Amino acid sequence: MTAPLLEVRDLHKRYPVRGGILSRTVGTVRAVAGVSLSVQAGQTLGLVGESGCGKSTLGRTLMRLEEPTSGQVLFDGNDLAHASGDALFKLRREMQMVFQDPYSSLNPRLTVGEIVREPLIVHRIGSKAEQLERVRELLATVGLGTDALQRYPSEFSGGQRQRIGVARALSLNPRLVIADEPVSALDVSVQSQVLNLMVQLQRERGLAYVFISHDLSVVEHVSDVVAIMYLGCIVEMGPVRQIFDRPAHPYTRTLMQAIPSGNPRVRREAAPLEGETPSPMSPPAGCAFSSRCPFVVEACRQAVPPLEHVGTPNPTPGREHVAACIRLEAVGA
Amino acid sequence: MSADANPLLAIDNLQVGFDGEAGRVRAVDGVSFSIAAGQTVGVVGESGCGKSVTAASILRLVPSPPGVMLGGQIRFDGRDILAMKREDLAALRGREIAMVFQDPMTSLNPVFTVERQMGEVLALRFGLGRAAAAERSIAMLRTVGMPDPAARLAVYPHELSGGMKQRVMIAMALLCEPRLLIADEPTTALDVTVQAQILHLMRELQRKAGTALLFITHDMGVIAEMCDAVVVMYAGRVVERRPVVNLFERPRHPYTHGLLRSIPRRGTAYKALLPTIEGTVPSLLKPPPGCRFAARCQHQQSLAAESQRRCAEVDPMLAADGDGWVACHFPLNGATS
Repeated sequence: MTAPLLEVRDLHKRYPVRGGILSRTVGTVRAVAGVSLSVQAGQTLGLVGESGCGKSTLGRTLMRLEEPTSGQVLFDGNDLAHASGDALFKLRREMQMVFQDPYSSLNPRLTVGEIVREPLIVHRIGSKAEQLERVRELLATVGLGTDALQRYPSEFSGGQRQRIGVARALSLNPRLVIADEPVSALDVSVQSQVLNLMVQLQRERGLAYVFISHDLSVVEHVSDVVAIMYLGCIVEMGPVRQIFDRPAHPYTRTLMQAIPSGNPRVRREAAPLEGETPSPMSPPAGCAFSSRCPFVVEACRQAVPPLEHVGTPNPTPGREHVAACIRLEAVGA
Repeated sequence: MSADANPLLAIDNLQVGFDGEAGRVRAVDGVSFSIAAGQTVGVVGESGCGKSVTAASILRLVPSPPGVMLGGQIRFDGRDILAMKREDLAALRGREIAMVFQDPMTSLNPVFTVERQMGEVLALRFGLGRAAAAERSIAMLRTVGMPDPAARLAVYPHELSGGMKQRVMIAMALLCEPRLLIADEPTTALDVTVQAQILHLMRELQRKAGTALLFITHDMGVIAEMCDAVVVMYAGRVVERRPVVNLFERPRHPYTHGLLRSIPRRGTAYKALLPTIEGTVPSLLKPPPGCRFAARCQHQQSLAAESQRRCAEVDPMLAADGDGWVACHFPLNGATS
């Protein structure tokens, strides 16, 4: 039994909303509301949810690009949420991020060589010659030639820019990469190239990923464990096959039904779930999904349901299937 | 695609260019297809393939300059749209043909309330007064699944969420009861659950009103869900046209085949490498003389040298092949693997 590479305990992130001429706090957005999860070394956690569910904020809070309001982020046993100075600087080498938009996440005034080398300079790794050698290696790893070194990001297509972003993330040899919608801005044929690159890098280097996406087919393809988020909370989490083949939470089931089948012979006729996600400024009391859930009863609105085992508990750490719903029996999970 | 003698919309050899510093880009280079009344046709392709320019050309919305109409015909119900006078075109827009866009703010005016914008459509189209227009607007907002529709009339677009703005735009497009609704990536910016709602709604309205739909999208899932027939575009050209089931099950153009295979879908082996289409789209400033897909075509690479030369040198024409049309010298003949 091994300890998880990343363990998150009861993480919260709230933002004050200011208004009026005095900019007083008029409300609070709870972007992340008590998230606990773990990522095993060499594995991929797929983090799924619709816009505004807090998945990107969660990703940024894990990297501590956002300060958590409360909770713990343990990387290899060290608390990143409360680390500072040297300790934080060192921990950050182990975790890197790949962003959604390959157009705005690369500095347009630096050459590709400078972009990929910058983390090595910041962390003072190797001599100049060693750094340049490493940059060449990295570019080759992501499928770009050395002719890319002297060119600028604007000379590359979206897919190539995403490769540059991946090369930069890999420069410090991290053990965990947080990828926030890394292929969403790319065309279908380019998407598969970047997904393949990420899968290959994981095999070769034992990288762990937190893969944030709204695209369920992509998440199904790359993930070992999947967590479903709704209004700042994880409502269901478990091994990928169980989440996709036997979803338990009513929201997960809704999401699965909303994906087009991709087969023109199998079209959905049933009317889809109505309504939209409530505002994170005024979430419903109790279960966040209660305002749209077809199985709602009064008790759902009384308290936030805890994550509980679905079916027989799996004793393997990181392989549990859990859902936050008090109506699982009625749902038929 | 049916050999309909009197299609509602017929696009024939459409050519649209854009003039820039580096020269003229032929964004749409000889596109032909048609839509019958009540039919749903999807145009699919990757960014820069010319699908949105084709859609915009139908309502003559391509900005000029830099856009230039280089040739071809667009006939709606027999009338030549490209040769139409401005006032006739204005009468067509929003009455017989309506359009919804990916970004609702391209069709909503930020300084007017929802009531004023919807009312304007109804006043122009049916000459309705304020009270009658409000009543009809509320009914349509309810139809498109807007919660609390009466209260929404007084709000401005920025007060609505993305999904609600999209609904207002679709409601406005449907208010005029068009015979053809052009939807350019109408659900791309929406969440999957809201996308499912909007697609369901469009299908319901089509069933009731017999509206023809033209779907412009890069999403094969939406195509499979919604369309009767599909037009696949690549680098400004139509490479394949076919009824939807035939296209998904027996694509004959190697590009269509590659596109369908590269999408991760239910049942693809977990973390298996996905088939890819290597390389990039050729520049439309100076397209290659032969098949535009040849440099990336795996099928072509398996052919004899002489055949390969033909792909590289001779431009393949779109030709009928039984259940559809394909522009390939050596089309595939099997099922999707």
